[in-house]
Amino acid sequence: MVDPWNDPDAKPLISFQNVTKSFGSFLAVDNLSLDIFEKEFFALLGPSGCGKTTLLRMLAGFEAPTSGSILLANRDITPIPPNKRTVNMMFQSYALFPHLSVYDNIAFGLRRQKMPKAQLASRVDEMLTLTRLERFANRRPHQISGGQRQRVALARSLAKAPKLLLLDEPMGALDKKLRQETQFELVDIQEKTGTTFVIVTHDQEEAMTVATRVGVMNEGQLVQVEAPDVIYENPNSTYVASFLGQINLIEGRATPTASGIDLVWAEGQPRLHCKTDVVFSSGQRCHLAIRPEKIMIHAEEPESRNKVCGTVLDIAYLGNISTYHVELISGHVIKAQTTNDRRISRRSFTWDDSVWLSWTDTAAVALAN
Amino acid sequence: MGRFFLIATPYFWLLALFLVPFFIVFKISLSDPDIAIPPYVPNLNWNEGWPGLSDFLTQLDFENFGFLLTDDLYWKAYLSSLRIAVLSTFLTLLVGFPIAYGMARAEPRWRPTLLLLIILPFWTSFLIRVYAWIGILSTEGYLNQVLQFTRIIESPLTVLNTPTAVYIGIIYTYLPFMVLPIYASLERMDLSLLEAAEDLGCSRISAFWLITVPLARAGIIAGCFLVFIPVLGEIVIPSLLGGSDTLMIGKVLWEEFFNNRDWPLASAVAVVLLIVLIIPIILFQRNELKQREAEGS
Repeated sequence: MVDPWNDPDAKPLISFQNVTKSFGSFLAVDNLSLDIFEKEFFALLGPSGCGKTTLLRMLAGFEAPTSGSILLANRDITPIPPNKRTVNMMFQSYALFPHLSVYDNIAFGLRRQKMPKAQLASRVDEMLTLTRLERFANRRPHQISGGQRQRVALARSLAKAPKLLLLDEPMGALDKKLRQETQFELVDIQEKTGTTFVIVTHDQEEAMTVATRVGVMNEGQLVQVEAPDVIYENPNSTYVASFLGQINLIEGRATPTASGIDLVWAEGQPRLHCKTDVVFSSGQRCHLAIRPEKIMIHAEEPESRNKVCGTVLDIAYLGNISTYHVELISGHVIKAQTTNDRRISRRSFTWDDSVWLSWTDTAAVALAN
Repeated sequence: MGRFFLIATPYFWLLALFLVPFFIVFKISLSDPDIAIPPYVPNLNWNEGWPGLSDFLTQLDFENFGFLLTDDLYWKAYLSSLRIAVLSTFLTLLVGFPIAYGMARAEPRWRPTLLLLIILPFWTSFLIRVYAWIGILSTEGYLNQVLQFTRIIESPLTVLNTPTAVYIGIIYTYLPFMVLPIYASLERMDLSLLEAAEDLGCSRISAFWLITVPLARAGIIAGCFLVFIPVLGEIVIPSLLGGSDTLMIGKVLWEEFFNNRDWPLASAVAVVLLIVLIIPIILFQRNELKQREAEGS
């Protein structure tokens, strides 16, 4: 099956067309265009203030674009007020009504559309079962835990079976362990209901876990929109590369070769080789981006086209993996990661050890900006 | 020991400044008026010992309370006070809620200033502020001058010494007591609740009735009690702004005490007023307690 975003005939559910939103002199969203398809789980990822929440609020109808238009199922929804849109939102603060029970919170939207009583009761029960909240139906929001509140918020926003569900940092208030469990639940619920989800998050792990596609934003613009693995493996800029996970960025001057480039990057260091389809001119400024887990660490000089030598400056021990910070003679610090498949007492390298680092020609990504 | 004193202090305070005076008033209400100092009999003579005390007790009776029932002035005054208190509480709510709402939705940097403006009148004596209304409302007062100058009316309106003036005075005086608790409950409200309500299909107006008003409920109830309770026994405003036809129990009380010098009857009026007031005070405290429980988590 072709992913809809790679299918030129696919009709998008949502379409941002040259949308700009400014607050006074501040440009929150800058001439942005984006298509999101049905049943997608789309993540908007970026640091705070990058415009991702504004984008979400424009979809919900709480903000109107300064220029451009937003189409939902081929209809311009810009003039439609939030209460008339078939879009529901789950708020970062959850925004549960404190004076209503869990049941009444979930039933709130259904009551507004005057759903018949019997149908309403079965729909609310369905939502309670979906989010495993049956036992808490009569509690008030302040009488349940944070994780349960989060599920009430989700159930309430899903109750009206919206075409599109917007989630604003839905797991921001949960602790890490609960967050990881909830991420899988969320994906489960998304698949079960077949609703299109758009999630806003600043947590790259969360975005990669739940999303079918990730849009990385910076200063009101989308920098890259791709599936999580593409974003991680083939970032299109140093911004995306460094925003997602750890990365080594090595700056230098490119020399084109038959299959890619050679990088001259520091006095006394050997050239680095990188396979790439991007065409660089001779002497062009260029960054090599290499993930720490793709760098091997050796005690002896290895057989490799890309190798550097240095001393262990620091070790970040995370239990399952360790990140070694290796300082080169040129002063550069390169991070290399290994899995701790042996007991820590039998660790091969320690502080101030002299080590070699190596990687393959395809491990690095050459970035022009 | 320190713990004992800490707990005992408020009880002692209540005992000395509330319960003991109440019993003194209650005792006077059981006496008969007399032209003497003090102006009632019997007086307890401690030197006579037990016979004196029993003699004193036998002379006390509930005659004054019976009189309150026979003369229709009193229950009419109570009823009229109740009516004025209920209506003026409602009017104060009508005026106070929009003010509190506006303050709570104002930009955060303006809120302390607005709050100060609400509290500012307290810096002037209550009596002087009510007197000032005489200058505004009288036939030659500022209100009539402005209205006549702008040709809205031809001949001056009679506002002073009418029930209207009493209502104006009460609303003006007690407005802060209504605004402050409502403001406190509205200001705490998370505005994303309104967005959530709209998102779920509410219009702005129904979101106001379904979310804002229920969340301000505790503040509204507190404000209503804070206005209703003192207005019921109000004396200064009806005396200064109301005419002879404005019947309020506080005024009757005053007249019995100072004009008729009938302390026992005035005391009986006061005791009944207190009993009438205890009911809303208990309701008010239950509301406070419930609110604290609802927030406790």
